[in-house]
Amino acid sequence: MKEILSGNEAIARGAYEAGVKVACAYPGTPSTEILETITRYPEVDASWATNEKVALEVGIGASFGGARALVTMKHVGVNVAADPLFTLSYTGVNGGLVLVTADDPELHSSQNEQDNRNYAKFAKVPMLEPSDSQECLDFTKLAFEISERYDTPVLLRTTTRISHSKSVVEIADRETGLPEPHLVKNPAKYVMLPGNARGRHLVIEERTVTLSKDACSMPINRLELRDTKIGVITAGVSYQYVREVLPEASVLKLGLVHPLPHQLIRDFAAQVDQLYVVEELDPFIEEQVKAMGLSVTGKEILSLCGELTPGRLRKGFGLPEVAQGAVETLPGRPPNMCPGCPHRGVFYTLNKLKAYVSGDIGCYTLGFMPPLSAMDTCICMGASIGMATGVTKVLPPEERKKVVAVIGDSTFLHTGVNGLMDMVYNKGAATVIILDNRITAMTGRQENPASGHTLMDDPSNAIDFPLLCQAIGVKHIRTINPLDLEECDRVIREEMERPETSVIITDKPCVLIKRDGVYTPGHVLEVAEETCTGCRACLKIGCPAIEWVPSSGKKGKAYIDPLLCNGCEVCRQLCKFSAITEAKNER
Amino acid sequence: MSDKITNILLVGVGGQGILLAAEILSETCMLAGFDVKKSEIHGMSQRGGSVVSHVRFGKQVFSPIVPEGEGDILFGFELMESYRWLSLLKPGATVVANDLCIPPPSVLMGQESYPPDLAQRIAQRFPDLILVDGQGLATEAGNARAANTVLLGAVSKRLHIAEQFWLESIERMVPKKALAVNLKAFEVGRGLA
Repeated sequence: MKEILSGNEAIARGAYEAGVKVACAYPGTPSTEILETITRYPEVDASWATNEKVALEVGIGASFGGARALVTMKHVGVNVAADPLFTLSYTGVNGGLVLVTADDPELHSSQNEQDNRNYAKFAKVPMLEPSDSQECLDFTKLAFEISERYDTPVLLRTTTRISHSKSVVEIADRETGLPEPHLVKNPAKYVMLPGNARGRHLVIEERTVTLSKDACSMPINRLELRDTKIGVITAGVSYQYVREVLPEASVLKLGLVHPLPHQLIRDFAAQVDQLYVVEELDPFIEEQVKAMGLSVTGKEILSLCGELTPGRLRKGFGLPEVAQGAVETLPGRPPNMCPGCPHRGVFYTLNKLKAYVSGDIGCYTLGFMPPLSAMDTCICMGASIGMATGVTKVLPPEERKKVVAVIGDSTFLHTGVNGLMDMVYNKGAATVIILDNRITAMTGRQENPASGHTLMDDPSNAIDFPLLCQAIGVKHIRTINPLDLEECDRVIREEMERPETSVIITDKPCVLIKRDGVYTPGHVLEVAEETCTGCRACLKIGCPAIEWVPSSGKKGKAYIDPLLCNGCEVCRQLCKFSAITEAKNER
Repeated sequence: MSDKITNILLVGVGGQGILLAAEILSETCMLAGFDVKKSEIHGMSQRGGSVVSHVRFGKQVFSPIVPEGEGDILFGFELMESYRWLSLLKPGATVVANDLCIPPPSVLMGQESYPPDLAQRIAQRFPDLILVDGQGLATEAGNARAANTVLLGAVSKRLHIAEQFWLESIERMVPKKALAVNLKAFEVGRGLA
């Protein structure tokens, strides 16, 4: 049967067909939809872990127990999961284990564009790289076979254009007859003390050599001989661009990008006049081909930065550029916090108090954008609190008070909580604001340990933030309504003055939560035209529902779009002339 | 089947339902027996950012994104976004544009103004412009929310795919309670082009 599936949906389908029993992940663009799709298959135990390291550890446990396990994350998530990954390479697996790394060249929704193919080489783990949705499905199944045949975890690398592109896929039934999980004791293989690990290191070096030889005859490493003037080694989505732009060129299409099939590459190089490597980001394949002593062109003509496009490839190969009608500069359209978002009032206040905001990863990172403009640093998941500790260690006392860490509920539980333990234990002094909106919002509203539900929508324990902070040793814990500007101002100001760690927890849900009873919009507001003086105070919160109408009145007036307004009343508190009132006609 | 690939760009503002329209379009192409690829960027799409979805169909499609300057049809849900993405089109391309202006943040805050006369400026460069009052026509069909389906109907007339495949994919992708309105909106759109 044929279906149109995204790369992410096809990976989920492939895992299901491969008989996977456990799937675990932390959400992250562009990987999130893999686990969301897997919930369609009740045979698979699917869950959101608190972070990527825990997700991989859950997968390792399932594998050691004898089941096939899928673990998925975005590229920077592998940094968090790297610790177990590197040693899992040594132990190998019992049931097959596949780790999906979804990379994001061009940083469509990420803080860096690291090339995770380097992890395959670094951790000495094979890596497959599909170039369309059919290959996502096929390679996922193959990855489980390779994992078990070679006793190794397998990395499956996608990029945004693979994860989020849809193409036609042939689907099949779920594999049956896999061994049933049961306890297996084999401490020499699974307890990585130095004495055991030394022996395992020899095993994995041999594994890489064997895989490199076997890769020469794997059908996923495919020789396509056409005109032999130009020969291109490529993989992933780059293969599609090569076929689009250089339809006559000969191609060595790699499905396994680590370890490389050395003999196959030599044979290909011998058959073509000029050898190229076409790959996004790092010269990962190119450097290895050069180390083999072959003459090859790669990053001389293609950028180390950003993703490839057919046009960028044409340019690299010196082909005539397709004429494009440039459009003059238009007003930009950056993303914005939603109307009624509970973060808006907090960032408005932080801006007003001239705080030095140690930021973190989530929707609230948009607090950086004007007019809120209240974020000073943002590095990675959970970093806000540790960095706040560090900066307060070096600042003079008056400036120290300005330091405020902001972090969302899910990010706090991901890796922020460790930072808070450190801040309290080591007597740091900063204000920490936990922006608890009851959901992992940025990636599309995933449940987390504080939301009270699991990925499968089962009710579960919801972590109590005040109790948790109390247990960590925080002496000053306050909960505020972030939509009340007076309360925000008063409480944040007081806690910033305090020369000790304090935690402020905001207590309003994300406006996009659909679950009954969690979020209820307020009464739609309107601007009384006759009262509005055009002072623009309400524009300072950057709400998408408030529009400046220059033609209204003498100098312009504000207008509230009743279809967008969620009635949060933050703007109403800013209006000194009481011009913002409840709309007469409720929508 | 010829080797010709048809390149379509669907552009607009996050939250306008562009992704669903692109789904219906791709499903239709598959049902009609074409190879099809669709590509877009998620993540920011819900938060009012600029959104562009690429749909390509034909005998065999390689790149999931439309090569720069090779777009055949631009399917615009918002006027300024339609104008912004004209750069991806080839000369003589068709533009089906919704006559709707959604001000971006800088315009909402009164720092910039929404560019004037966009429909005329599009028509100057791409005379094959079909300007559609999506919201108005959808309201006449029974629900303003079916504006995208009106536009889809207008686009469908330029694509030489039998109507049955369009109807089949709309029936598959649109929730049952909204189906009748959407089928009507689709017919209204087909009458425009």
